[in-house]
Amino acid sequence: MAVFNLNINGKNREIDVDPTTPLLWVLRDHLNLVGTKYGCGIAQCGACTVHLDDVAVRSCMMPVSSISNQKVTTIEGLSENGDHPVQKAWLEVDTAQCGYCQTGQIMTAAALLKKNSNPSDEQIEMAMNGNICRCGTYLRIKESVKKAADMMK
Amino acid sequence: MTLIQTSFNRRSFLKTSALAGGGILISFSWLAGCQPAVNEELLTLPEEWYSLNGFLKIGENGVVTIYCPNPEFGQGVKTSMPMIVAEELDIDWKKVIVEQAPFNTEIYKRQLSGGSQSIRQGWSSLRMAGASARQMLKEAAAQAWGVPVEEITTEEGMLFHKPTEKTAGYGEMASAAANIEVPKEVALKDVKDFKIVGTSRKNVNGKDIVTGKPMFSMDYNKEGMLIAMIVHPPAFGKKFKSFDDAAVKSMPGIKDVFTIKLYNDSYEKSMFDTATFTELVAIVGNSTWEVMNAKKAINVEWEDFDSYKETWGGFGGTRQVDVPSGLESSEDHYKEMESYSNTSAKVARKDGNPEEAFKNAAKIIERTYSAPFLAHNTMEPMNCFAEVTDDHAQLAGPLQAPEFLENTLSARLGMPLDKIDIEMTRMGGGFGRRAYSHYMIEAALISQKAKAPVKLMYTREDDMTYGIYRPTYHAKYRAAFDENNNLTAFHVNAGGIPESPLHANRFPAGAIDNYLAEQWAIDSNITIGAFRAPRSNFIAGAEQSFLDEIAEELGKDPIDFRLELLERAISNPVGERNDYDAARYAGVLELVKEKSGWNKETDANIHRGVSAYFCHNSYAAHVLEVKFTNGKLEIPKVTTAIDCGIVVNPDAAANMAQGAVVDGIGNALFGQLSLKNGKPDQNNFDRYKMIRFSEAPKEIDVHFVKNEIDPTGMGEPPFPPVFGAVANALYKATGKRHLNQPFFPDIEVLG
Ligand code: FES
Ligand code: FES
Repeated sequence: MAVFNLNINGKNREIDVDPTTPLLWVLRDHLNLVGTKYGCGIAQCGACTVHLDDVAVRSCMMPVSSISNQKVTTIEGLSENGDHPVQKAWLEVDTAQCGYCQTGQIMTAAALLKKNSNPSDEQIEMAMNGNICRCGTYLRIKESVKKAADMMK
Repeated sequence: MTLIQTSFNRRSFLKTSALAGGGILISFSWLAGCQPAVNEELLTLPEEWYSLNGFLKIGENGVVTIYCPNPEFGQGVKTSMPMIVAEELDIDWKKVIVEQAPFNTEIYKRQLSGGSQSIRQGWSSLRMAGASARQMLKEAAAQAWGVPVEEITTEEGMLFHKPTEKTAGYGEMASAAANIEVPKEVALKDVKDFKIVGTSRKNVNGKDIVTGKPMFSMDYNKEGMLIAMIVHPPAFGKKFKSFDDAAVKSMPGIKDVFTIKLYNDSYEKSMFDTATFTELVAIVGNSTWEVMNAKKAINVEWEDFDSYKETWGGFGGTRQVDVPSGLESSEDHYKEMESYSNTSAKVARKDGNPEEAFKNAAKIIERTYSAPFLAHNTMEPMNCFAEVTDDHAQLAGPLQAPEFLENTLSARLGMPLDKIDIEMTRMGGGFGRRAYSHYMIEAALISQKAKAPVKLMYTREDDMTYGIYRPTYHAKYRAAFDENNNLTAFHVNAGGIPESPLHANRFPAGAIDNYLAEQWAIDSNITIGAFRAPRSNFIAGAEQSFLDEIAEELGKDPIDFRLELLERAISNPVGERNDYDAARYAGVLELVKEKSGWNKETDANIHRGVSAYFCHNSYAAHVLEVKFTNGKLEIPKVTTAIDCGIVVNPDAAANMAQGAVVDGIGNALFGQLSLKNGKPDQNNFDRYKMIRFSEAPKEIDVHFVKNEIDPTGMGEPPFPPVFGAVANALYKATGKRHLNQPFFPDIEVLG
């Protein structure tokens, strides 16, 4: 066990865990931030996506010890009132089915738009290709991302 | 206006004191921060709730809580079922709060999600719940105002007596209405007067989903809760022998390691008790990562099991099932299926004299289709919360059909049903897999033994390799033609491991004079179960591909050819047991033909395939376009037509149809769970290819047939015909018939 100081959603959080513990389980088990989901554990599905200094990363294979002073943002910290343009667009398009993959999708989309405020269809597909949606909501996700890009203009 | 008797399911209209305060109905307090689903804007909660029946309660301020009886797994029932109640109650949807009803089969009938039946079978009782509450409010107003009840009208949560110009909100009359007798007969609205049903309403949990609120049982957390995982045999055909936990017991965070037995010896299984691995090692510890590490480190020995017999109860009485020993492989499965199809088929339906027609045929075409096992791969792996003490069991999990398993649980724990409480959490996908909730029994046994609340979690690897898979199937089709190139006979011979996919009385049965349907099945120790549109999900693709070949052989347009057959089934059907409505079937083909612009020329690079199917009481047809750009497959557009009667929530229904199309394309092209020596070759998404963003169609255009028929299934029907549409479009593009799923097994897996 070792003590880590993490900056999560703008707050300093101190945790005492096995250094190999992936960030995903630190968030879910130790900090009760369960919006970040487990889907595969091997960086294949994107359900566990969070931001590390504004870049989308898979938290399931990221040992907590590898995070130094980067800022971690989870879905709970994406916006104060759930009103990030991406979240608003997702609601407008009524994108979700079961909803399990959607927080990961939203985090990937928000990171994309931060880098590229006007992505083409192809760029959206490329950026989102690592996020599986078993319910098959891909088209609505694409529409939502475009809508969010418009809102951010 | 329709008058209906409310005696049906009267129990749900009994007012009990427990329900009146709403106390026992809100059992979701564990969801810290998870508010009930509120529509549109935030509502002020009332000080007092008045329960009019098991489906709804009204606050003094006019806010209404509607309970969704069935569990939600992404199909949208949590929005659409309450919409039906709200419609008949005649309330403004903005004033509605939706909550998941508690699992209680005393109050609610058929609290399960499966078979695309929630809306179809809930339709009457949901309407009745709303209509009878509205009637009680009217009675209350009539008494308060001293006027005849017939003169009272309602509109969006208001009561009116026009002659005296009296008005009141539902909230004002709620307390009096709660004391009114439940009416024996109520009037339902005319379909043309619907204001909510048939209009698109957004997912009531949309905001919770996009903000990551805890909703799934995977998110369950409780003071003192431990994490549990199972270790199961690495291959079908193996069972537990022994384990050595020396290396594990002292690992950090590990509390306990033990084995559990899912059933008592001599237990008679019932329909959804499917579970292959009935003796498991359980590891219990403080946190997920610690338990995962112990799971990797533990030493367990397995051994091959001998063949055995199982007794299954359920519909149609008790039956014995042979479970063969051995370590099975997909390669052998395909050979065995080919051989069984030649030797072991039994006739399921015969019309006319097909043997004669084949004997006299000028030409016969024959094709064999096959498909592999499929894993459900719900994004949320199997899991369940359990807290079992000496006199009570509390469970919360992603359960499609807890009523199938509660007796199993009660028998295994030796605890009466009234001491068992089961919460149905939102499911991260279901697709049939969660009707078999052996993981609920496992969680309960682990909690009982560990003497602590536990959350049992399957890893993705557990989830994929301890599957209750879609069976592997095989179908041989033959068609006979006379010298004038007329179709004279049709023969289907279908089977699978361990069940046949045949629906002998579906189209084209009824449309061909000489028709023969045969089937067979091979025993296996691989566990299988319902997977989105069971059996149809294979046979539709095979049949619709074969019909495409017949049309080509006849030199006919594939849609016109199907319509001709359907015309025959309408005007002069062959046989009597045809279980489809040929006119509605033709309707979706006509609609898809029009909407896809079937008769218009397309870009030379675009190739189209058509397919249609009837299952789960609904009709669906697709026209799917494919295009190859530099050798890469692209699906520019899919046009879909569906007849599922009245569409309760059109945009949500379209979402589900789009999802079914994506799901169908993914499974047709890539989906496969193969086995070698009993061991699945795929155990996670690095080897199990799931359809991803860039492979999905660029556009899916969904159209519904407009009619006033009571609603039928929506979650499954659009799925089976996708396979045939993909195969038929690929043929047009490549000149090659794709007979064996998955069509592109070797495609690179992207991460
Ligand atoms: S859980 Fe991390 S990518 Fe799947
Ligand atoms: S909405 Fe269910 S997995 Fe994406």
